[in-house]
Amino acid sequence: MLSLIPALPFFSALVLILGGRAFSRGAVSAIACGSIGIAAAITLLLGIPFVQSGESSIVQHLWTWMQAGNFSAGIDLRLDALSLAFVFVITFVGFLIHVYSTGYMADDADYTRFFACMNLFVGAMLLLVLADNLVLLYFGWEGVGLCSYLLIGFWYKDPANGYAARKAFIVTRVGDTAMAIALFMLFQHTGTLQIPQILAHAPEIWTTGNAIIVLIAFLLLGGAVGKSAQLPLQTWLPDAMAGPTPVSALIHAATMVTAGVYLVARMHVLFTLAPAAQTGVAVIGAVTLLLAGCSALVQTDIKRVLAYSTISQIGYMFLALGVGAWSAAIFHFVTHAFFKALLFMGAGAVIVAMHHEQDMFKMGGLRKQLPAVFWTFLIGAASLSAIPFVTSGFYSKDQIVWLAWSSVQGHTFYWIAAIAGAFLTAMYTFRMVFLTFYGAPATHHTAHTPGNRMMIPLYILAACSTLAGFVELPHTLGHVTLFSSWLQQVLPAVQLQQESVALEWTSQLLAAGLTFTGIYIAWTWVVQKPDGMVRFSQMPFMRWLRRLWFSGWAFDGFYNMLVVRPFVRTARMNRRDMIDRIYTAVTRITEWCHDVLSRTQSGILRWYIMGVVLGAVVILSVLIWRVSV
Amino acid sequence: MVLLYIILIPMLGALLSWLLAARSTALCRWIALVSLLGSLALVAGIWVISAAGNVPPDRWLYNWQQPWIPHFGISLHLAVDGLSLVMLALTFLLGALSVLISWREITFRVGFFHFNLLFVIAGIAGVFLTMDLFLFYFFWEVMLIPMYFLIGIWGHERREYAAYKFFIFTQAGGLLMLLAILGLYFTHAANTGVYTFDYFYLLNTPMQRATAQWLMLGFLAAFMVKLPAIPFHTWLPDAHTEAPTAGSVILAGLLLKTGAYGILRFVLPLFPAVAQGFAPWAMLLGVAGILYGGQLAYSQPDLKRLIAYTSVSHMGFVLLGAFAFNELAYKGVVMQMIAHGISTGALFIIAGLLYERMHTRALARMGGLWTAMPAMGTVTMVFVMASLGLPGLGNFVAEFLILLGSWQASQVFTILATIGLVIATVYSLRIMQKVFFGQTERQYALPDLRLREWLIVTPLIAVILFLGVYPQPVIKTITNYELRITGPEATTSPDANNTRAAPVTDSLFVIK
Repeated sequence: MLSLIPALPFFSALVLILGGRAFSRGAVSAIACGSIGIAAAITLLLGIPFVQSGESSIVQHLWTWMQAGNFSAGIDLRLDALSLAFVFVITFVGFLIHVYSTGYMADDADYTRFFACMNLFVGAMLLLVLADNLVLLYFGWEGVGLCSYLLIGFWYKDPANGYAARKAFIVTRVGDTAMAIALFMLFQHTGTLQIPQILAHAPEIWTTGNAIIVLIAFLLLGGAVGKSAQLPLQTWLPDAMAGPTPVSALIHAATMVTAGVYLVARMHVLFTLAPAAQTGVAVIGAVTLLLAGCSALVQTDIKRVLAYSTISQIGYMFLALGVGAWSAAIFHFVTHAFFKALLFMGAGAVIVAMHHEQDMFKMGGLRKQLPAVFWTFLIGAASLSAIPFVTSGFYSKDQIVWLAWSSVQGHTFYWIAAIAGAFLTAMYTFRMVFLTFYGAPATHHTAHTPGNRMMIPLYILAACSTLAGFVELPHTLGHVTLFSSWLQQVLPAVQLQQESVALEWTSQLLAAGLTFTGIYIAWTWVVQKPDGMVRFSQMPFMRWLRRLWFSGWAFDGFYNMLVVRPFVRTARMNRRDMIDRIYTAVTRITEWCHDVLSRTQSGILRWYIMGVVLGAVVILSVLIWRVSV
Repeated sequence: MVLLYIILIPMLGALLSWLLAARSTALCRWIALVSLLGSLALVAGIWVISAAGNVPPDRWLYNWQQPWIPHFGISLHLAVDGLSLVMLALTFLLGALSVLISWREITFRVGFFHFNLLFVIAGIAGVFLTMDLFLFYFFWEVMLIPMYFLIGIWGHERREYAAYKFFIFTQAGGLLMLLAILGLYFTHAANTGVYTFDYFYLLNTPMQRATAQWLMLGFLAAFMVKLPAIPFHTWLPDAHTEAPTAGSVILAGLLLKTGAYGILRFVLPLFPAVAQGFAPWAMLLGVAGILYGGQLAYSQPDLKRLIAYTSVSHMGFVLLGAFAFNELAYKGVVMQMIAHGISTGALFIIAGLLYERMHTRALARMGGLWTAMPAMGTVTMVFVMASLGLPGLGNFVAEFLILLGSWQASQVFTILATIGLVIATVYSLRIMQKVFFGQTERQYALPDLRLREWLIVTPLIAVILFLGVYPQPVIKTITNYELRITGPEATTSPDANNTRAAPVTDSLFVIK
């Protein structure tokens, strides 16, 4: 039963690849959506009794994958509270994205290929979160990388898309390399790569802060930052917008970028044993959420705003993981999946309506033309900027903001970063909303309303973005802990320095106040006084800053200079293989000697006589010299 | 006897197809195909029997011996264990496919082509089977000369240069090996009074460290040229690029593997102590090959040359793993030999199919081919992904096991080799981008895969997928090999005397 959840998407992908053009579009849609839908249904069928029974996990052994010496890895699946949360989001949100895609991609020539890749993507991600050992997890991990490559470069005719696709694959592969080394080290020290065994034995093998476990945790973190697009490997995600919009929704909400969060949460015991690495997680999260927030503020492409906002929101999740607020991170993952999928698909609806225009400055006034898209997008935007009380984003983010300060590993710096991030989030989100839906229409295109296949997923996700928050309410507001208490089977509860309702209120009010301030600033600058913003951004320093933020803090240029260009340049220089030159030189010398010697065989008698005489003279003189000495 | 048939059938097929080619080239092709499939069936039969028979580890499955020149201690001694078995299976699979791939490509001197092709394959099979060092050298040369003709006659523009280069490099290595074989022969005689070329006798020959060192270097010279290891790799890109498609497949898929096989079968068991001393250097060369070959692959403007350099990179893993001296790495090495044979062979086949259609190997003149040939694009994607080590395909299992094993031996080298995986991603994705993605300026249509071509690529895809998700049957089959190296048996020699005493029969499990 459990194995069907990843098997169905894999199998349907295989059917689509093999079937190719034999299927009609309807059949392709049915196979693609149906398999994910059934997987989602199985998740519910399996998950509800599982949650009620209170068992810690369901394990299914399929077959032995590789076994050599004392190493063994099986195709083994394990469902527990943590993976169930992920499986639920992947299948459920994935299903909605698939349904939406049948509308979005309806006119694309490569309909079958698209859905084959999408199903493969979902399957790989499910394998990743259900894997019982790290090798199988790595299987899913790399599979996700492959599918992102295939889908980002889906419109392969444009070389820029191919570049973005390769960048995504290669940059995440850099992180994967670190992770692979972590696997080698874990095997060396624990003798196994089974996740439960590692988690169980790690505290016996290593004391807290042991250098080896710190190194392992940092290497795992390297893998996590690659997939989750965190500093310093975040550069691939903004470019990943080259793919079709449903792909972005899938990458950002249900699959791929949350893999890093999953990995850190899954291996939480190791990070607890390595405080330095856990601090690293928190610092990376805090810094990333601020840097990405700034970049999101100045983008002109609606999808790039959302991309940077994902990096920033994953930064929140990393921050939560770093301060030991494990379940808060997973909670934010769930709510983020809902509202980010909603926002991307809303943006996709806008883009289609605008005839594939993605520049927000060429939009405007769409509120009237696309009311349904506007309202659902607004709900998503409200959730992303954490409008108090009515959005799920508020409840999940508020928890992180508060715990960033109040948990044992918390720090004022983290709290400041989180609350400043909340301000930035509100500002860039509503800048995007106002630019797109308010003001005067920038073009005279008539926007056409998307069909039901695109709108119904939006309605469902809008409902989820609002309601999902109520499973977990803070102390100050009802104190519901359905989600975190359930996750405590797998992830330890957060430990607080002190509980202070007054301080929590202060933090919440401050965050809420900053959110509204951010929205107000966006309103003033975009809708009321756009001239003011233009003048402000034309100041020399602001222009420089704007360019820096726009380019994502110039990381691309830096990496190009440091890694890409030296590699490409030396490769070009050595295209003809310098080692081969040595052998060529040997042949040249031989040929030269041959030339020189063959000249002596000239056939002219007097030269020969001359040679004999000279030789005799030399030999005689040597003899005489030897005798006389 | 069955082992002898495995070698004789292709040799016989070679002669027949040469003789009958004058009458009908189709007949000649069919004879070649059938004879290779026949040998493949024999190998498969042995595999099935051995898998069913629950072979205890450290056993030889079949062993067959006939005196040949008893005066010098030379005998026809063939034996097969798990390692030989999987290599033989690979040999005849790729052999049969390379006949199929030449069906349209080779149009002149068809008979002589198949004669050479089958003789190379017979030679390779002999190398994997023989347990007599004199015979081994004989088969080593049998592989070489027909290959020289294959490149020199049916190759591309610079075929003669490439053929000479290939011949000189391999021959130089081979002669050094011959010296080492003779040295070992006389050292063994001096110490024990028995003149023999028999592998089982020569195992654990008592000798001085310096002698062992020189002899090992002699063997290594041949094997490292064949593998190829840096800095002896420069024959490879020329030979692979200029050879006809079948030649490239045989070169990359099989000939390189004889180098790896030689290291596993001869260098490590014959000279365990000095090999261990040499290990850091060998691993260094392996890692250098991985990184240097990878970077060179990235920069190549010629598709076949690019694929050729990826072989240098992938065979670096073999060298790294072979000298890691542990079981995980050995299994990884054997897996790598098979997986690389399949995946690189397939990539050369695809390059050949593209050449048939476009008459160019230049990447600059390709691009945007996905539109015309989505099926070929999908197939290529599978093997490109195999080449960059994507889990689920055979190469991942191989590289993962090698790295997991070599980590126990040397962490620095393993880290560098792991970085090689990133470079593999870079050059592999370049293939897809340059050939299938991007825009196209071509005006003419290209046909997608035809039936014969599907027949060629389907088994390759099936095998590489099978190796990726369920490699256990193969890993289990090769289990009996590394026990002999790493196990305590390796230090003493219980085999040697039994071998001679054993009756010369053709039955299972006679020889321990």
